[in-house]
Amino acid sequence: MSTVTASHIRKKYPRAQALDDVSLDVQEGDIFGLIGPDGAGKTTLFRILTTLILPDEGSATVNGLDVVKDYMKIRAQVGYMPGRFSLYQDLTVEENLNFFASVFNTTVEENYELVRDIYQQIEPFKTRRAGALSGGMKQKLALCCALIHKPTVLFLDEPTTGVDPVSRKEFWSMLKRLKKQGISILVSTPYMDEASLCDRIALIQDGKFLKTDTPKNIVKDFGSELWSVKSDNMSKLLKDLRANKDVETCFAFGDAHHVTHKHEFLKEEELTAYLKQMQHTHIQISQIQANVEDCFMRLSGKYIL
Amino acid sequence: MNQLETISADNVIVVRDLTKKFGNFTAVDHISFEVGKGEIFGFLGANGAGKTTAMRMLCGLSKQTSGQAWVAGFDIAKEAESIKKCIGYMSQKFALYEDLEVWENIRLYAGIYGVPDKEIAPKTDELLHRLGFEKERNALVKSLPLGWKQKLAFSVAIFHQPKIVFLDEPTGGVDPSTRRQFWELIYQAADQGITVFVTTHYMDEAEYCNRVTIMVDGRIDALDTPKNLKENFDAKNMDEVFHHLARNAKRND
Repeated sequence: MSTVTASHIRKKYPRAQALDDVSLDVQEGDIFGLIGPDGAGKTTLFRILTTLILPDEGSATVNGLDVVKDYMKIRAQVGYMPGRFSLYQDLTVEENLNFFASVFNTTVEENYELVRDIYQQIEPFKTRRAGALSGGMKQKLALCCALIHKPTVLFLDEPTTGVDPVSRKEFWSMLKRLKKQGISILVSTPYMDEASLCDRIALIQDGKFLKTDTPKNIVKDFGSELWSVKSDNMSKLLKDLRANKDVETCFAFGDAHHVTHKHEFLKEEELTAYLKQMQHTHIQISQIQANVEDCFMRLSGKYIL
Repeated sequence: MNQLETISADNVIVVRDLTKKFGNFTAVDHISFEVGKGEIFGFLGANGAGKTTAMRMLCGLSKQTSGQAWVAGFDIAKEAESIKKCIGYMSQKFALYEDLEVWENIRLYAGIYGVPDKEIAPKTDELLHRLGFEKERNALVKSLPLGWKQKLAFSVAIFHQPKIVFLDEPTGGVDPSTRRQFWELIYQAADQGITVFVTTHYMDEAEYCNRVTIMVDGRIDALDTPKNLKENFDAKNMDEVFHHLARNAKRND
């Protein structure tokens, strides 16, 4: 069953077409990832789905309710964690949580079970003002406040932006635990490596979805042979690979360059010979599976030299 | 160590037992390292590990509790104003004035950093040409896509040819193609002899640095080339190295 649907949504701001014909479908209990850079339209879509702004065109539902007509009902059923920290900085941890519970006509005690795992990590600081918490603790408190009325759908707008890799991993394991409780989660992120942690993802750029599918299918459909190439001089290697007429694209990916080539008949041995001729040493070429970032760059049309 | 020794070495940053305490809390705990001219130096660590505090001290914005450091040959305790003149700084959150036009931002920062008036106009033309931004000269910065802003912000931060540029998460939220173009600008700057001191949460970017430090609970727990770090920790990539070190952190963040 679909918990969230969006159909041909458009939204224009004075300076930009924020969303341009966007459709999606989140199944019950899924983690659905919106993957894309800042300014792609992720937040606008979140605001429409959480009934905070109206779309110019198109329709959307949450739990079968229309985001325009049934907005009051939807608000009682969803949890929303905006990208910008939006709790009360002058209230303590405990006061914030109580406040959000009372706004939704419930109590912390009633739904404590749902937030227990997360809340216990910040409980030692429950008398501290929210404004004085570290980034990681703020994020945990915000998640607790979004969950305290036991929503069935959770909207998380860039919960891990600016967060270090270890804390990001912890955050994702919290999401997995929430998923097990049957909560559907729509989460946005600019970090492509988080895509593989979602059940389904939409790659978004300039207000358009480039593709929507499971992370596995997206990387399977990369559509070209991809090589990982290394040598002792990576900076020169980038230039030399790009100068080769048979190389289509070449980009740095951490400790290796990812290369696609124009002619399917370009052989590894030929490329090795070329690189040897360019005085490279310790040349390593291997065929690899594309990752979501490779796919994003190719689909966004920016996968060019 | 006296100042003469630090200058004689080809190091533009020398840090000795640098420590910063806030009350009982030791944010930066006796860190020591050197950074060479033209080096790309990656400064990694978990949130709350002390990176920003350390960086603020090196930029002359915050006084250390103990220890010493020299930046571009100047003592951070006594010559902070001299340091500010020969460094550039760019952060993800704030870099340019959104309500000023592209050329006005360049003009403003060039003036603040004391670039002689007669050099500003030709250097502005040259910069806009190099970035392919000639048409955007009179555009308000807020109308530019994020990736362009970040490239412009970096170029403005090195407009006065500083000895060192400090980059605080310069590529956060930027699309993958622009992120790579941004690193190509970093390489160009390093090739011109500008030392690049950079923080990032993207572990693939750690691979592009000449050397990387990883801060844990205010200390430097690792400092080496990415290649050596991977070998020493028997890790496939920098992400594994980072997890290996940062999971030992005691600070609750």
